Formats: sequence, C-alpha cells, structure tokens
Amino acid sequence: MPPLLEVKELHTEFRTGAGLVRAVDGVSYTVEHGETVAVVGESGSGKSVGALSILRLIADPPGRITSGEILFDGRDLLSLSEPEMRKVRGRDIGMVFQEPMTSLNPVLTIGRQITETLEEHQGADRGTAERRALELLEMVGIADPRRRLRQYPHQLSGGMRQRVMIAIALACNPKLIIADEPTTALDVTIQAQILELMKSLTRKLGVAQIIITHNLGVVARYASRVNVMYAGRIVEAGPAEAIYHRPRHPYTMALLRSVPRLDRPRQARLDPVEGQPPDLTRLDGGCAFRPRCRFAVERCGETRPALEATSDAGHLAACFRSAELAAEEVAA
Amino acid sequence: MHRYIVKRLLLAIPTLVGAAALVFVLMRLIPGDVCVVRLGAGGTHVDPASVAACHRQLGLDNPWIVQFLDFLWSYCTFDFGISMWSGNPVVQEIGTRLPVSLQIAVMATVIAVLLAIPLGTISALKEGTWLDHVVRVVSIAGIATPSFWLGIMSLILVLNVTSLATGTPWLPPIDYVPPWKDFWRNLSIVALPAITVGYRYSAVTMRITRSAMLEVLREDYIRTARAKGLIEKIIINRHALKNALLPVVTLIGIEFAFLIGGLVITEQVFNLNGIGRLLVQAVQNQDNVLAQALVMLVVAIFIFTNLVVDVLYAWLDPRIRFS
Repeated sequence: MPPLLEVKELHTEFRTGAGLVRAVDGVSYTVEHGETVAVVGESGSGKSVGALSILRLIADPPGRITSGEILFDGRDLLSLSEPEMRKVRGRDIGMVFQEPMTSLNPVLTIGRQITETLEEHQGADRGTAERRALELLEMVGIADPRRRLRQYPHQLSGGMRQRVMIAIALACNPKLIIADEPTTALDVTIQAQILELMKSLTRKLGVAQIIITHNLGVVARYASRVNVMYAGRIVEAGPAEAIYHRPRHPYTMALLRSVPRLDRPRQARLDPVEGQPPDLTRLDGGCAFRPRCRFAVERCGETRPALEATSDAGHLAACFRSAELAAEEVAA
Repeated sequence: MHRYIVKRLLLAIPTLVGAAALVFVLMRLIPGDVCVVRLGAGGTHVDPASVAACHRQLGLDNPWIVQFLDFLWSYCTFDFGISMWSGNPVVQEIGTRLPVSLQIAVMATVIAVLLAIPLGTISALKEGTWLDHVVRVVSIAGIATPSFWLGIMSLILVLNVTSLATGTPWLPPIDYVPPWKDFWRNLSIVALPAITVGYRYSAVTMRITRSAMLEVLREDYIRTARAKGLIEKIIINRHALKNALLPVVTLIGIEFAFLIGGLVITEQVFNLNGIGRLLVQAVQNQDNVLAQALVMLVVAIFIFTNLVVDVLYAWLDPRIRFS
C-alpha cells in the first residue's frame, strides 16, 4: 500500500523586506496510514510552514510554494484547483492549531463552528449536523455537551477549546490530522490530557497524524517516527526510539541535552543549544547548523550534507560526521 | 439585557443634568441680551424700563440658581418652555425643523452604510490591487472634501445640467414636505444634501471597515475557517464581517448622532430649515430657552444612539453579552 502522504522536495518561500526566506527548503517525508509522525524543531525551522503548505494555507503574498509534490492518497495536492483543494481541507485532512484561544471564532457558538464543517463537506442539514456535533463533543471528553454546543469560545477553558478544535478536525472522519503545536499554549497538566486524547482517538479511528512540536518529550511518547528540522530542512529522520536514544545529528543531540531526562543519570545542569537560529535570508552553501555545532569541520562550510541513511535501519541524518558521532556515543 | 438597558437609562440622568448645567452657563456667558436684541432690532435707543420689564417677563431677573432649577424642573414635567425670541412654544419651533434634519441624517446614514461596508470589505479583500486603490482614493477624497464645497458644486452641477437639458435652470425646492405627502418633491429636496453628507460619512466608515476587515482577516480563526474548507463567501460573511463590524457600528452611531445637530453648514448651503440652523439662530438671538432645548435634544439623541450602539454591540459580540 502506498503511503497516505508523501511530501517530495517541498520548497516554500517568503518574499520579505529583508530578502527571500526559504522557510521550507527541499523537504521530503512520508506518513503511512494511521501512523503518527512528529516534526520537531525550533521556532523558525520551517515546521509550521511545512504543515500549512500541505493544506495550501500559506498566504500568498508573501508566501509561495515554489516546487515539490505533495501526494495525498494518490493525488498531488499542489496540482489541485482551489475548489478541489477546499474539499480536501477539513474533510480528508483536519487541522488543529496552536492557540485554542484565538483559533476559534469569538462570535460564533461552539456548535456552529462544528456544524458548518459538516454542512460544507457532507451536505448535512442542521439537525443531522447538530446530532453529530453532540457526538463529537462527547467523543473528545467534554462534559455536558448539550450546553456547551450553545456556548461561545470565551466561556470555555483553554483545554476545552483545544478539545473543540480536535472535534472540528475529526468532524468529517479525516484520514490525516495535522496538529501544529497543539499543546504549546496549554498548562502542563492539560498538555498531557490533550495528547492522550489525540493518541487514543487517532488510534481508535485509524487516523494518521502529523504532530508539529518543539517538545521532544511529546515525540518520545506519541510519535512512531520523527523528522527533526533545522533552517527549513530535515536534518535527521527516523523511528522515534532511534532518534531519542541514538541521535545521529549534532543538532538533535544538542536538543536532547537541552531537556531534562528521567532515563539518564541526573546532570548537574541542563545544556542548552548554544547560539541563535540562523537568519534564513543569509544562508551560505554549507551546513546551516555549522556556526552552533561542536563537531563542525572545514568540509561543513563547503557543501551542505545531504540526508543519508545511517547504519540504523530507516534512520537518516544530514551530517558528514554522523558515523563518528555514533561511535562516540557508544564510547561514551 | 432589560436590566442593562434600565441601568443605562438611569446613568443617562447625570449626563443630562451635566449637559444642562453646561449649556445653561455658556448661554449666560455670551455677551448680549435677548431683550436688547428684541427691543432694539432697528439699532435705535432702547428704553431701560422696557428692558427690565422684558427681563421680568422672561424670568431673567431671577438669580442664576433659581433660573437653573426652574429649567431642570420644567424639563422634569416635560414643559420645554416658550422661545424667548419668537414667543412660540419650543416644541413647535423644533417640531417644524426636526423632520428635515432627521430625514437627512437617516438617509445619509443609509447611504453611508450601503456604500461603506461593501466597498470597505472589497477593498480589504483585494488589498493592493487597482480596485483597492480606487476605493481608497474615493474614500480619501471624501474625507478631504468639505461637504459644504461638495454641496455648492453639486448645486451648480444640477443648475448647469438642467439648464443645458431643458433650457430652464432648476434647483431643488427648499420648503420641506414630508415624504408621505409628496414623495418626489420630498426626495428632490433631501436627495442632494443626503448624498453630499452621506458621501463624506461613508468615506470615514469605509476606511474603518477596510482596516477592521484587514485586521480580522489576519486572525487565527480565519485560518481555522480556511482549514475547514469553507467557501470564501462564508468565511467573509460569517467569520470575518461580524467581527469587523464592531468598530464600524460605534463609528456609525457617533456619526449619526453628530449629524442631527451638526448639519449647520449643509443646511445653510441647501437653504434648509433644520435643527442646525435653528441652533445657530437661537444662539445669535440669545434665545436661552430655545438653545437649551436644542442642546438637550442633541444630548438625548447622543445618549439614545449610544445605547442602541451598545445593544448592537452586545448582539454582535457574545463576550459582551455574557459578561
């Protein structure tokens, strides 16, 4: 069976006052049916732009998808007409955004914001749509759903609003859900609840998921595969377990060192990633991580390392020294 | 909601009393005397005895505080007094002038809303295109052009066009007839002033609509609506417009209230006997009673319009309704 989603050499650019920003610069990956893939990276690494590109939600101007293919269920989304694309959005692919506070319309009831998707894609009448909305709110664990349907977003807590967003994303039984930092704006305790909910629902309904996050903890628990992005490119990709325990790229290693871990001896202090993310308008031909990299050699400034297979199965890294790093890891 | 409206109406009382005090004092600080103006209309010598008698008759010889309390009390009993100048009841003086001002204000508002909201929205949606530029030029021109100049120009245009077309120049009549008596005649009187005022009014409203719309279109919930696969018409009408209209409603309310009392120059240009001209005359004649009544009327209309705006606001925005 071909993968559900296959992104091939995707390029998304923004024309800004400071120059051309290649926010997504040749990204390729796949998502299998029912699988959860995480996209990890700092702010500005292109992870959100990459996700919005799949749904073609990049505002033009200033943004533009300049090349690549996004094969979803056998069709190239980039070649669809706008009306055809509209049928994919919300029906085949659901989206959950980062800010539940601002992602729901303040002047429409929760019910209306769920039913309109159903009316649009399934031609449901008001009654049918409302029954389904009630069912969806129950499914995402909202108590007293009948009352909640008539309420407005400001009457719900952040966690509840994110549950509503998930209900909207799931409304038309999509094949894929893209969650863009779904828990970043929430309290830590609520974060876990929302992630558990998404995990159990997507598993139950067989929906594939792309979770975009900067939180490696999320990756370890909820994703089967991980793409680590840096400066618009995937620098490391592979099974979550491999990425977490046997990183092959200095950036991933630095990211892992920067978060507290329970499965390692307690370190005296955390080791944050040094330096700032690069200015995307001023990238040279070398590796973008080089200025912040402890392992950089002369070669890194000359050519950009390609994403290549490592000794692990299905584990890719874009670093000239990934084999050495693996050896070092073992030695340490 | 009912409690809210009652509360707002009660809060209007101190505002009205404050406005009453202000206009009362201001009218008395203006140099001059209604009795001198009335008796000495020809510029001749005025007999001090008859001025004193006139003062007595109008109650102007009482101390200010007595006059003020009289003023307040008479308003409480809905007695708005008799014009010091013409001797007619104030209600009658205002009653004959209010319809034309009110009609022009309402028509100007309708014209403004019908022009401004669609054009402002289109301008925002087509930001940066030639259509947007045209709308913005029209709007800037409307803000920059004084309505009296536009009024004079439109009158000259009508004069020239009718003169060329029929040989006899035609100007709109100036004696107001209510629309239910003679619709076409009424329209020929109010159409030009309503369009001139309405254009300016729509220019301001258009700019606010455009900028509010641009702001709303960048909101996250618009992106959510797009991600749902909704068609553009629904995204604009259901998701964007209702949010963008909030500042527009406020502006329309303020402008409408302003139009009732603020059409002085337009009324002058079109030679219409409206509220604005009446107020200017009342102040010139030192007709305290009439001036006070007119100011109180305008204040009352302001308060009422603001109340309507706030109720509309609550209707548009549930965050206000439920807090």
